[in-house]
Amino acid sequence: MILGSINPAVLLAALMVAATPILLAAIGELVVEKAGVLNLGVEGMMIMGACVGFIVAVNTGSPIIGFFGAALGGVALSLLFALLTQALMTNQVASGLALTLFGLGLTALLGQRYVGITPPRTPKLDLGPLSDIPFLGRALFTHDIVVYLTIALVGAVWWFLKYSRAGMILRAVGENHDAAHALGYHVKRVRVLAIMFGGACAGLGGAYLSLIRVPQWTEGMTVGAGWIALALVVFASWRPWRAMAGAYLFGGVVVLQLNLQAAGVRIPVEYLSMSPYLITILVLVIISSGKGRSLNAPGSLNKPFHASS
Amino acid sequence: MRMPLLRLEGLTKAYPGVVANDDVSFEIGTGQIHALLGENGAGKSTLVKMIYGLVKPDKGSMTLRGQSFAPTQPSDARRNGVAMVFQHFSLFDAMDVAENVALGMENPPPLRDLARRIRDVSEDYGLPLDPSRLVGELSAGERQRVEIVRCLLQDPKLLIMDEPTSVLTPQEVEILFRTLRKLSSEGTSILYISHKLEEIRALCDEATILRGGRKIATCDPREKSARELAELMVGQVLHPPERPARPVGDVVLSVDKLSLKSNNPFGTSLKDISFSLRAGEVLGIAGVAGNGQDELLLMLSGELLSPSAQVQLKGLPVGHLGPNGRRKRGLVSAPEERLGHAAAPDMSLTSNALLSASERKGLAKNGFIDWPATEAFARQIIARFDVRTPGTHVLARALSGGNLQKFVIGREIELDPDVIVVNQPTWGVDAAAAATIRQALLDLAGKGAGVLVISQDLDELLEVADSFAALNEGRLTAVRPARGLTVEEIGLMMGGAGDMHVAHEASA
Repeated sequence: MILGSINPAVLLAALMVAATPILLAAIGELVVEKAGVLNLGVEGMMIMGACVGFIVAVNTGSPIIGFFGAALGGVALSLLFALLTQALMTNQVASGLALTLFGLGLTALLGQRYVGITPPRTPKLDLGPLSDIPFLGRALFTHDIVVYLTIALVGAVWWFLKYSRAGMILRAVGENHDAAHALGYHVKRVRVLAIMFGGACAGLGGAYLSLIRVPQWTEGMTVGAGWIALALVVFASWRPWRAMAGAYLFGGVVVLQLNLQAAGVRIPVEYLSMSPYLITILVLVIISSGKGRSLNAPGSLNKPFHASS
Repeated sequence: MRMPLLRLEGLTKAYPGVVANDDVSFEIGTGQIHALLGENGAGKSTLVKMIYGLVKPDKGSMTLRGQSFAPTQPSDARRNGVAMVFQHFSLFDAMDVAENVALGMENPPPLRDLARRIRDVSEDYGLPLDPSRLVGELSAGERQRVEIVRCLLQDPKLLIMDEPTSVLTPQEVEILFRTLRKLSSEGTSILYISHKLEEIRALCDEATILRGGRKIATCDPREKSARELAELMVGQVLHPPERPARPVGDVVLSVDKLSLKSNNPFGTSLKDISFSLRAGEVLGIAGVAGNGQDELLLMLSGELLSPSAQVQLKGLPVGHLGPNGRRKRGLVSAPEERLGHAAAPDMSLTSNALLSASERKGLAKNGFIDWPATEAFARQIIARFDVRTPGTHVLARALSGGNLQKFVIGREIELDPDVIVVNQPTWGVDAAAAATIRQALLDLAGKGAGVLVISQDLDELLEVADSFAALNEGRLTAVRPARGLTVEEIGLMMGGAGDMHVAHEASA
């Protein structure tokens, strides 16, 4: 039995690691889209974070500072997007696509001298006796701090959107920007802040790839993770916990297919490699295709706002 | 005399190329219901936006309760006791009633307390409302309640209402007026913006009339006739449309027991619709927004297909035909939404003329567009319907609402149809343009076309229609002759009791 060679605890542990980068990027993009902005530059901001985080971590020797640098890198790129779409009123789709291409190109240049270097190691969080629990300890409590902070972030975003006044204003801006403006809310300010948050999250997600998951810098190393994050947000119907479930599902299939490849299953590698994308999208489409679910899309998503009066 | 609540002095606001308000001064007394009357583009909206802090005046000053008042943003205005109910509701469909109310308040209490207060206030004023429902599911009347309750919870001194009755049934208007009178008797001043003169005469203590950004007069609306007010508002003598007696011909359009699912998740499906329209007849269809008007138009225009025999044009089944097929056979239509449905906003008037006229006018041959002919056709529409525009190259979105409406209705009328279906033909159009459009529709009927007018404006329907029916939750009442119908009867029909009324008459 081939599957017998796969240890479920290890699989579960690896799944959480594999899911974290896209979950970070997705939760950031979820907030951006809830504010009514469609930023297709997630991939670009992620690779920016991966690159800047790597460079900073290597030069300072501290992965923590690296993560901060990554967040700032993501924010810097997202501010470019904010400038284009919110101040200069350019088309969001085109700007987002350009941002991705720009990020990929810029990082290829910045990271040239860093290919093949090993970054400083990020320590596992010592959870003491928790890690000694059989099975669960191995699966859930052997990770670095970023994995747990990401889960906490999902909870925080959920709470923020559902219960806080600021979150309600953000949703209102995304739902109907003209009405929000008429009530005196600062549509652009809210949106720029949301875009920056999205940039920071995508940057962190990228850095998680280059500093922990892989860990190395190679050109274009995000290989579509940003796009999967974007798809997750939509198919998760803009709900944080569902986005997390989607990310974990994706991570799970990634890890499983890697294990299957290693175990030498007789399925062509190409099919296995495409399976995470296929299965995640299929499952999420099925979940989100229920009656009326698609109505959860923010009403003003991807519509430019200009205060005309 | 009591001290005025709000005094406006010399308010002036200019936008590039247009002076929206020119030296406007008037006073609103405490507890007074003050009407602000004027045509579209007279500067009403700009004026109230200045009071609400959305627009900063170039010149002039405001005094609220004896203190200088210069709000820089709506929250300043709200803190000073000024609240506003918007014409296009400032509501959020995907959020519930309590959240919508909270968004319009400065310091909302926790949502649970707020829900209780919403219930209390809404019951006090006879506006029942469930705080936990999604706003997207509410009717227009209920949505307006949300806006009003939102204002009332802040205990306003001045309540601004921008065209509040345009989406209400006559019964709902009565409820609203009772609420407003109660507020006024409790000392709240109300600035009531409208161009419906009878309402203003029924409700308001004083009226200020704006025309072209200037104040024309302040008067007691009860001492003036509706006609006098209208002429002050328009600045010219108005003629009601002429309705020559005309022979009614054969049935040109008939719909038989048609039920059709809406293509819009928030839409209303049509249920068991039957009616027939004769040549030379104007059939008016009333109803509060969202009761199936859009779907009825789509079904007739051919944008929604139906079993072929259930829609018949001049005796031939057309239910399976799309808009072009029906146009070719003589049925044209003009939907409510001017920008994006009746006209493509970013295309020139010439292109927009081509879009619906190419079939009947033969503007495209062998797949090539005959631009000179199209251009000439667009010019013809502009000339005949007095569309104010620099030329045919202008983009549709650059025209004012009234001018574009004249263009899109004119475009269909010029096609010389056998049947024309229009939805809200004069929505947001000033009185002079509205008169032009109504006259054109009547003239078309005079030439022997069947005209179907869907409208929420009862005065309009009573002015043009020969026969009358109402839509309610996707059902159409029996068609009745328009002559002799009272507003109460129409209200009952719109509320869905029309059939019962007819049944009652039949049994009596």
